Amino acid sequence: MYKYNEFDEAFLAERNAQFRAQVERRIDGSLTEDEFKPLRLMNGVYLQLHAYMLRVAIPYGTLNPNQMRTLALLAEKWDKGYGHFTTRQNIQYNWPKLRDLPDMLDALGEVGLHAIQTSGNTIRNTTADHFAGAAADELTDPRPYAELIRQWSTDHPEFQFLGRKFKIAITGSSADRAVIKAHDVGLQVVEQDGKVGFKVIVGGGLGRTPMIGQVLREFLPQADLLPYLESVLTVYNVLGRRDNKYKARIKITVSENGIDTYRAMTEEAFMAIRGQYDGTDQQLLEEIKTHFQAPEFRSAPTDAFDAAYANDPVFRAWADTNLHAHRAEGHAIATISIKAHGQTPGDATAEQMRVMADLAEQYAYGELRISHQQNVILPHVHKNDLPAIHATLKTHGLATANIGLISDIIACPGMDYCALATARSIPVAQEIATRFDELKMEHDIGHLQIKISGCINACGHHHVAHIGILGLDRAGVENYQITLGGDATETAAIGTRTGPGFAYDEIVPAVERIVEVYMAQRDSAEETFLETYRRIGMEPFKAALYPEAQKKVA
Amino acid sequence: MARAFTPKVITANDLLEGDVIYFTADNTWTRNLSEAELITDEAEAQLRLIEAEKQNIRIVGAYLADAKAGPNGPEPTHFREEFRRTGPSNYFHGKQEAEANV
Repeated sequence: MYKYNEFDEAFLAERNAQFRAQVERRIDGSLTEDEFKPLRLMNGVYLQLHAYMLRVAIPYGTLNPNQMRTLALLAEKWDKGYGHFTTRQNIQYNWPKLRDLPDMLDALGEVGLHAIQTSGNTIRNTTADHFAGAAADELTDPRPYAELIRQWSTDHPEFQFLGRKFKIAITGSSADRAVIKAHDVGLQVVEQDGKVGFKVIVGGGLGRTPMIGQVLREFLPQADLLPYLESVLTVYNVLGRRDNKYKARIKITVSENGIDTYRAMTEEAFMAIRGQYDGTDQQLLEEIKTHFQAPEFRSAPTDAFDAAYANDPVFRAWADTNLHAHRAEGHAIATISIKAHGQTPGDATAEQMRVMADLAEQYAYGELRISHQQNVILPHVHKNDLPAIHATLKTHGLATANIGLISDIIACPGMDYCALATARSIPVAQEIATRFDELKMEHDIGHLQIKISGCINACGHHHVAHIGILGLDRAGVENYQITLGGDATETAAIGTRTGPGFAYDEIVPAVERIVEVYMAQRDSAEETFLETYRRIGMEPFKAALYPEAQKKVA
Repeated sequence: MARAFTPKVITANDLLEGDVIYFTADNTWTRNLSEAELITDEAEAQLRLIEAEKQNIRIVGAYLADAKAGPNGPEPTHFREEFRRTGPSNYFHGKQEAEANV
């Protein structure tokens, strides 16, 4: 894991001291809100419906146990005892007070965490595959590149006033767990002729105009990463629209100008910029890479795991859903669900955070990950430790066996917290999870991703959900539109709307009807919801959702 | 005929606490919507908003929100304002919690 050097520490301390002074000047009246707002946003401080909100970056989703304990400390000391993990590998605190925010940032700084550029029209937290450095199917750990991008983009003077926010995601695997095709820039580490480089995707995004990213470069040599990214951003700064906020994201720039024009201009800029890089960035990258060396995985029998798996059905159910193949023999990646049925997706209490930190320290080589799917991961676990881990998780409400299932729902904060929201998302997620838990169907249903956004900005990734739900305000009443067939992986697709929306009390029954159609139509238990949808299309689902409309046609 | 004016209250967030506050008839701020001034005249509403914004050193983002008269003072007409005066629906936090502790 990356460890701050003296420069990083001094930079962050100075930045936090600046913000402390800015807060004081706002309180004593020297700064107006108009002057203060951009300053607080640069440091992750929003004002939401009921209170301030602090959004802390978890770079490439990686935490060490002490960092997790500090997140717990913030929750306990300055908030209401919990934190909310988001779809962009951030954690949000919903109840801080203005005077406490500088202290919170200082506490974060002590463990190498910050809230810089978690808001505003800048390059945001670079997200990564949450199984990075651990997955069996990975080519190489993408996190050193993400750290390089973090250092390059933090306070970069040219990119502090972009036309709009800019999000980068990176994966080192061909199985995309980082939704790289729905980011402004998506990077996939690839290999060509024995050399490491990147496939560069540009112009993806969700929000009011969802688009799947397009390939800008099939292969970019490793050494060209920063000059090329700088070229992409430079072209965006020139071509990107600043006249209309809703047309300002790079997806619109690429789509209005065409990918070929965008590519030609990027390559031209690249020719000029490339020479400005003298190799210092590559030296830095080599140094960063030393921080990300894999732990020395131990070699041991897996008898305790095998016995628990054979004899304990509860453990077996958890192992079947929450484990993923690790690259080291005898090891597994364990996902801890923070989506117990009926709970708020992505929320963890201070106590739960400490339990997970302790488990990481004791069993997981000191590493934790946060996924964009709002769960926590122990990326490196020897299988023989899993029964003990599971036993501890059970006593803290963390052993829910639902990863990838219908109750593993992504939900944005929605109207319960967010000033931009047009409807609630959290209670809808809670009710769907509770309902399918009561039906005892979810393991039978299998892999099915529901994602819920409480407004058109799509923080809940509803466009790329198998079943997407979008909450809107229709004449002063909450109304929910459904999309089907979205896909957040390497076969990314935007879902298709079923038709008219549903009232708040109709949305759970509507989801149930969709699932009933799938269960009746699937050709075997192995055919997933998405596969069935792709085979049979929208019509059978529409017929079940809108029986009245069908009658009229008949 | 011009459309009838929907009555308004002035609401904002407190600078230090960040919580929801409402402007009263005597130019102070209250945490209870029921104690807010219900403004029924459109021109008056704009003047009262300017008056409220004079206190921008202590408040953030004052705006006019639709409201209606109720037996115990102003009430919200839209669910967003209902959440703002109550708190989130997933936890008993925010104003509902504060009221329970009175």
